This record gives sequence, structure tokens and C-alpha cells, in this order.
Amino acid sequence: MNLKLLGAVAALALMVGCADKTAQNQAQTGAGGAGAGTGAGSGSGYAPGSQQDLAATAGDRVFFDTDSSVVREDGRSTLQKQAQWMSQNANVRVRIEGNADERGTREYNYALGQRRANAARDQLVANGVSGARVSVISYGKDRPASLGSTDDAWAQNRSAVTAVR
Amino acid sequence: MKPSDAMAAVLSRRAALFGGAAWPLLTGADAFAQSSVVDITRARTDPIPIAIPDFAGGPRGRDIAMVVVNNLRNSGLFRPVSNAAFIQSAESAAAVPRFQDWRVIGAQALVTGRVEAGDRVRVEFRLWDVLPEQQIQGTAFTAPAANWRRIAHLISDVIYERLLGEKGYFDTRVAYVAETGPRDRRVRRLAIMDQDGENSRYLTDGGAAVATPRFHPNAQQLAFMSYGQGEQPKVVLLNLDSGRTEPLGNFPGMTLSPRFSPDGRNVVLSATRGNDANIYAVDLGSRRERQLTSGGGLDVSPCYSPDGAQIVFNSDRGGDQQLYVMGADGGGARRISFGRGRYATPVWSPRGDLIAFTRMAGGQFAIGVMRPDGGGERILSEGWGMEGPTFAPNGRVMMFFRETPARDSRGGGYSARISSIDVAGFNERQIITPTDASDPAWSPLLS
Repeated sequence: MNLKLLGAVAALALMVGCADKTAQNQAQTGAGGAGAGTGAGSGSGYAPGSQQDLAATAGDRVFFDTDSSVVREDGRSTLQKQAQWMSQNANVRVRIEGNADERGTREYNYALGQRRANAARDQLVANGVSGARVSVISYGKDRPASLGSTDDAWAQNRSAVTAVR
Repeated sequence: MKPSDAMAAVLSRRAALFGGAAWPLLTGADAFAQSSVVDITRARTDPIPIAIPDFAGGPRGRDIAMVVVNNLRNSGLFRPVSNAAFIQSAESAAAVPRFQDWRVIGAQALVTGRVEAGDRVRVEFRLWDVLPEQQIQGTAFTAPAANWRRIAHLISDVIYERLLGEKGYFDTRVAYVAETGPRDRRVRRLAIMDQDGENSRYLTDGGAAVATPRFHPNAQQLAFMSYGQGEQPKVVLLNLDSGRTEPLGNFPGMTLSPRFSPDGRNVVLSATRGNDANIYAVDLGSRRERQLTSGGGLDVSPCYSPDGAQIVFNSDRGGDQQLYVMGADGGGARRISFGRGRYATPVWSPRGDLIAFTRMAGGQFAIGVMRPDGGGERILSEGWGMEGPTFAPNGRVMMFFRETPARDSRGGGYSARISSIDVAGFNERQIITPTDASDPAWSPLLS
């Protein structure tokens, strides 16, 4: 019950923080969008252990300030919930994908994305997740979640996305 | 060695590459007479008027003359005189130029030629100095018919070198990243084209994304970054003759931003480990890795000086992205960028006198150059998004890529295109490519 409430709050925060709902929704629904749940697991309504379940239960991404790879307070709380979710879905392995906005040079942004992904992984590990379950990768500025060229879009694209493998 | 010997040597190397022949056409007098129009300072502000009538011998003659005209015009250092002004016919000029006819229309130099086309194409060309009525150069090239454009580029290089006193850059190629599709599912293929944008073709199928190609000094190999879906980005080598790709180095993390040493024996690159990225040199013979930096922070985009003694790179060790120079064996890094904003993607000019860079300041990107000691900074071009300068082999021209912002939340309007610009900061031109294009890498002279 408590968990369910937490999930709802997390999902709400995600929607509010999301300037570009189309991109966000695309990122979260994907293949099994209509897979209304079995009712088991965390109660998000999605298949337990799925990407959608993670996104709805804990939030699947954290955001960074410009040129920073320091996990912000809101991100720490998201990653804490991700760690909790991973302890409930003990077979799940994830890949953290670091991203940067388009306002930096390509090469540097690959390295910056890597550092952001590492920072998110370190938080998961600090919250009890085995490092062996978490791999990291950087896409630099190659794969923006939000396609515009605005401050809001850039804020969405400075991210570390936790992807269920 | 006399200049004529040097030229003969150059031409015979070219001949070998062509599987054909190229030789000077002597006309009694010294075929390499000094030109009266050599004046590089003046050329900057006042392009040399040059007449290039169609080469005699059919449609291929017109094609070749057109490629030469475009090359020279696009350099910004020549002003091809309009065909409409010509008095003497191309056919008759190819036989014997009537210099007065070319003088009165303002041409200082005249190029004539004749083409014999078949399975192989033979092109005979002569460069004339109109005032003293002298032949400056006469050369014949023979090549398989499909290579006619290369002959036109070689002729352009000869004209450029004879009239400006420095090597040209027309017989070169540019590797780049061809981009298609929406921004969140962009397909990034390695592609290569002639420097004038012609003959573009793909080198990879798009299954893996690629970035930042760089040429080996022998122009037969490329190093670039590549990653498939969900894969760690890694530097790979591609042999252009065999088409074979192989990974470079055995690093646990991501590797990026490769660059060959001037002697072709090493690749410097950046490798991530923990929260840092450091610079390594990988010996291409032994494949041994040597770590060159450990300064903390992200060290990326290393590039050797043309003498191989130093490396310029990009680091945020001091808090934000700046440029540093160190010895080629690492150590003694000193910061050289002190202007406003962040500096990135440094690349050393083949002449050694300049370092080109990307600068980000006040929400704008810019391409600029500075001396290797950090002095004399000049911005050449500025805009919403641009990065990744690469030098032509003579250090006189650069390419980079320019981006336009998305105008809506679906990414509409975003584009990336390659531009070229003179290092003096004039003559910026877009290179026409079949798709969006980024990360240009200019090859050395092919012959």
C-alpha cells in the first residue's frame, strides 16, 4: 500500500517535470503500452520488472544541471526508489545510459554522459544494488529524448536513463 | 634538387598511382619558368583573374574544365573569367593561344587543354602567363576513364601551386558522418567524398552509429568511434582498401576521439575509467597502450603537432572545458585558452602555426584559431551551433560542421551541414552533401 502510494507520487513528479510530454510518453510506453497489469508486483499496472513498471514506480531517469554530473536532490530520491524497485525485482539487470544536451561538443559530451551514467550507478550501488547488475554507457548528445532546441528540451536531455535489459 | 626535378618526382608518383602516365610537356623554353603572378599577399584580397576555356576534344573536355573552374573559384583566391567574355575559341586556344585576346578580357593566367577520351582518358594541359606570353607548366595525365575527376583535381593543384607558390588541396577526400532520420533515432553512417562534395559514398551500413573519423597520414586508413545498439562506444580502424574494420586497444571503458600521429605509428585517444577520461597513445605495431594524462577530469580530443613532439587536448580539469598543450609523452600540460567561454575540439594546423578550436560562449558556438602558445586568437565563424574544425593538407582552408536549431518540439528544422572557410576568415561556403553531414575529416593529398 505504502509502495503503491510512492509509485503514484513518483509518476506525478515525472509528468510535472516533463516539458515535452510526447517524447516522454514515447520513451515510457514503447512496445507493451497496453499491457495493463496482472495486478501483481509493485502495482503500477505494468508487467513487473518491465521498463514501464520502473518508469511508473520509481521514474526511469534523473536529470542534471548544465555541465554537471552531480546527482541532484530530486535525482537522489528517484535513484533511491529505483534501488528499492530493483530489490523487489531481483532478477532485473539495468543499463544506465548517460546523455548530454546539444549545447556541448560531441566528443566532450560522450565523456560527460559517461560521467553522468557513473554518478547514477554509484547512487544505486550506495542504495544496496549490486554493481554487477548495473552497466553504464554514454550516448553523448546522439539520442535526445526531447527533440526541440529549447531550455526545457535541453533540461530533459541532460539525463541518466535506467534501461531494463 | 632543381624545382623541375622535384616536380618530375611528384608527377611520377602520381603516375604510379594512376596506373597511367603524367609527364611535363616541354616547349623549348624552361617549362618551369617563374610566374609573374605569384603574389600570395595580393591574392588574399584580390583573386587572380584566370581564363579556363573548355578543354578541346569533346564533352569530357568541358567537364574537366568545369571542375577546375569550380575548384579555383571556391578557393577564393582565383577569379575565373566568364566564358561569355572569351574571344578566342577553346579549340583554337588549345592549339596556339592568341595572348592579346586573353589579355584584353583581363585574364592574367590562361589554362588550355585537350582530352582524348576512351577506356582511358588522356589530358594534356598547359598553364600560361598571359603578360609575358610564357608557358608556366605543361603536363599530360593518363588515367582510367572513370578517374577523370582526379585528373581535374590534379590539374587544379598544379595551377594553385604554380601561381600561389604553395601546395594545393584539391586532390583530397573528406570523410564525414552522413546523418539521416529523426533526431532520437538518427542513423549515422561513415561516408567519404571528394573535397568538392562529389562522389559521396557510404563506408558503413548504419547498423552501428559512428562519429569523429580521422585519416591516417597515408590516407588509406580511418580511425573513428563506433557503437551498436546498447554497445559501449569504441574506437575502431577501417582500412579503405580492404574495407576491413578492427577494434583498437583493449580498454575496459569507452574510447573516443582518436587521432593518428604524424608518422602514422600511433593513435592518441581518450578512454574513460571511473569518472575520468584520460589520454592514451596506442602503438599501432605492438598495440601497447601508454597512458599520457592522469590529471583528473575529462581529457578528450587529443591532437599531435605536425612534428609529433606535442599534443593539444581538451580538459575540464580546471573546472570547465579548456585547451591544454603537453609533450607527446605526457606531462607538463599547460593551459593555452584564456578567452571568454569554453574551448573544445583543438586541432593542430599541418603548418604548425595555428590551433583551430570550437568555442562556446554566450549561447553561441564559434570556430576560431589561435597560436600554439594561446596568443593571437581569431574567430572565423560564429553561430547557433558549429564544431569540429579540420584542416586541408596545406593548412590554408578548414572544414567544420554547422547546425541549425530545431524550430519545434519534434525536431523539425534541425540540420547539420559541412562548411569550408579560409583560415583568414573569409569565403565560408557550404559543401553540398546528399544527406545531413557532420564531423568532417580532411584527407592528406592523395598523391
